[in-house]
Amino acid sequence: MSMSAYLSQLVQVAVALMLAPLLVGWVNQCRAWLQNKRAPSLFLPYRTIRKLFVKDAVVAQNASPIFRLTPYIVFGAMTCAAAIVPSLATDLPFARAADAIALVGLFALARVFMSLAAMDIGTAFGSLGARRDMFVGFLAEPALLMVLFTASLISSSTSLPQIVDTLAHHEIGIYPSLAFAGVAFTMVSLAENARIPVDNPATHLELTMIHEAMLLEYSARHLALLEWAAALKLFNYSCIGLALFFPFGIVVSGADWLAVMSSAPLLVAKLAIGGVALALIETLSAKMRIFRAPEFLGTAFMLAVLAMLVNLLLGA
Amino acid sequence: MESLPLYAQLINLLASVLLLLAFAMLAQRRVVTLIDLFAAQGLALACSTAIVAYATAQPHLYFSTAITLVLKVAILPWLLHRLVQRLDVKWDVEGLINVPTTMIVGLVLVIFSFNLAVPISQLANTVTRATLGIAMATVMLSFLMMITRRKAIPQVIGFLSMENGLFFAATSATYGMPMVVELGIALDVLVGMLILGVFFFQIREQFDSLDLKHMEKLKEGEAE
Repeated sequence: MSMSAYLSQLVQVAVALMLAPLLVGWVNQCRAWLQNKRAPSLFLPYRTIRKLFVKDAVVAQNASPIFRLTPYIVFGAMTCAAAIVPSLATDLPFARAADAIALVGLFALARVFMSLAAMDIGTAFGSLGARRDMFVGFLAEPALLMVLFTASLISSSTSLPQIVDTLAHHEIGIYPSLAFAGVAFTMVSLAENARIPVDNPATHLELTMIHEAMLLEYSARHLALLEWAAALKLFNYSCIGLALFFPFGIVVSGADWLAVMSSAPLLVAKLAIGGVALALIETLSAKMRIFRAPEFLGTAFMLAVLAMLVNLLLGA
Repeated sequence: MESLPLYAQLINLLASVLLLLAFAMLAQRRVVTLIDLFAAQGLALACSTAIVAYATAQPHLYFSTAITLVLKVAILPWLLHRLVQRLDVKWDVEGLINVPTTMIVGLVLVIFSFNLAVPISQLANTVTRATLGIAMATVMLSFLMMITRRKAIPQVIGFLSMENGLFFAATSATYGMPMVVELGIALDVLVGMLILGVFFFQIREQFDSLDLKHMEKLKEGEAE
């Protein structure tokens, strides 16, 4: 393991931490434009996070240590995930520690602690949000695993850098299995990131909240960390999607860290296009009733399994 | 990963689309959309038959393509649309089991038919042998649709889409059936559809509904 690998690892995590709020700002801006509204500043998420960090934290009297620890655990899990997902380079020393399945586990760890913290205070909206989040999560997780298994079948490895290496080098052709998996992954990411068909990130109505309902009791630096973690989660999911389905431009093993720097503009461009697509999906679709979510995620699961089966049968 | 020739890739893609459409039909609740999906399935079938015909230089498959296009993309959907309009049953929403469960059962059927097709497709020597599993899965899924739907029109669409699956199986295993058989089947399907159209009116006349559970009673007035 060379010095440049560690450097590219560091650069990647730094880029993820810095770019994640920008991605959220970009999606919000695109959405506002599409809905004929005046868009907020692209850098609003940064300002929000900075403002929250200088405020004084208020914690409920009956809060247990879980409530205080959760922001750090969630933020840590998302940063770890950012270190594992090959967004700029595949020569990542840290990625050896965890494969695709462990990555899903990392997301699940964050979700469990979020839900525990939301129920910790004992408010109605917190536990309501926590239960809904677990409900969506237990439907979305198998579908996500199936998508990752399809990619693993193609590259016969569950290690993410290996998958991306194989996918980046395979010949250009029509792969129906990857198309199915791509659609399934999009549906899962919408659900996991609390986006519109399942949850509304901009809602102010507590009764319809899922993700936001769990943050109601948090303030100041805790809230800042959780907002940042949510942005990182969106960034990570986008990067997984880009790495699996549009892997060109990611620096494969053996390159020095200057090449890693040069792959960053391409990543930004891909993320910008992805952000427009996300804003478009969110504008074009209406929020579903919560009990329609099983149907939505069941379809995602079915598509992901079909992708795997088609890949086994046709080898494509 | 070894790469296939372009036409084989296209056939694989169309086969996958066929399978996806079969699932979409299974999950679809509106009759009008169901008919459109059936027409789309016919179109995918015609495209894949045309590609097989081109790739293997079998002129008689072009005739099958033409028959499929005329019958399953134009005439049958048009007949069905007219029937739905005349019977006024656009919002036929009932299924016996809910959609996610149906889809899980469908997935099990797909796995079953893929396994069933593996030994058969090893015996075949056509370029399209890999897609036999998908053809069988389409037949099974149409079967499932006929079982899980309560109303008459979705059942008939299930029957017609089963015929699509059989046709696709024939193309993928043996480059299609002899012309006489194909023409016979096409005529059968068309006439069958016309007769079933008349049946729908009779059923509704008798029972005031297209729900087939009324037909389980043997005699008129027995239950009253």
